[in-house]
Amino acid sequence: MRIVVQEAPFDAGAELNAFQAGKTDMGAIVSFSGLVRDLPDAPLRHMLIEHYPGMTERALTKIAQDACERWSLGDVLVIHRFGQMAPGDQIMMVATASPHRKDAFAAADFLMDYLKSRAPFWKKEVTADGSDWVAAKDEDEKALRQWQQG
Amino acid sequence: MDVMYFAWVRERIGVPRETVETEAATVADLVRELSAREERYEVAFSDLDALRVAVDQDLTDFDASIAGAREVAFFPPMTGG
Repeated sequence: MRIVVQEAPFDAGAELNAFQAGKTDMGAIVSFSGLVRDLPDAPLRHMLIEHYPGMTERALTKIAQDACERWSLGDVLVIHRFGQMAPGDQIMMVATASPHRKDAFAAADFLMDYLKSRAPFWKKEVTADGSDWVAAKDEDEKALRQWQQG
Repeated sequence: MDVMYFAWVRERIGVPRETVETEAATVADLVRELSAREERYEVAFSDLDALRVAVDQDLTDFDASIAGAREVAFFPPMTGG
């Protein structure tokens, strides 16, 4: 398991190649990349991501451990950036390795759902009109309840 | 104890972190104590449903004990990913 919280950009392709290298007992690798999305109405100048150093790493580790308990996983990778980013920049990635495809997909989906609303990151969108903190959505909590029932 | 604020809570209170001397037993007691101190706290804590709290870096509830805690953090719902 590798959990990285950093300000610097990273090379998702190189990370993914390194993640899958040598995993001869894993038949499936799933990866997800999260990018900064431009806004439909006012062009985004940049996005600022704030986090809670210490708790962030702790929360991400817990989420990854929960995924490992729930599915048959050989490895988990989480990289999440903080600081200033432009539209199209990569914010984060997760990757899961499993002997089987379904576990790799489900675990990546679970990681993303929990990472969205249980890891202490906060996004602020800055446009020519000003800046706004991104509000959490009701559907984010609903997504978690689906895992809790499952 | 260290009290930390993130995102718009930090902006409303005006500092990211401060040391608070308190006898408060729970998070809710601490919120009441701070809100009584100055208006900026009262404003930031006016709607607790819009806030989340962590005690020693674990997400918890407002009725959680803060006895012996080193660090209490207040912030809005998280928006990672």
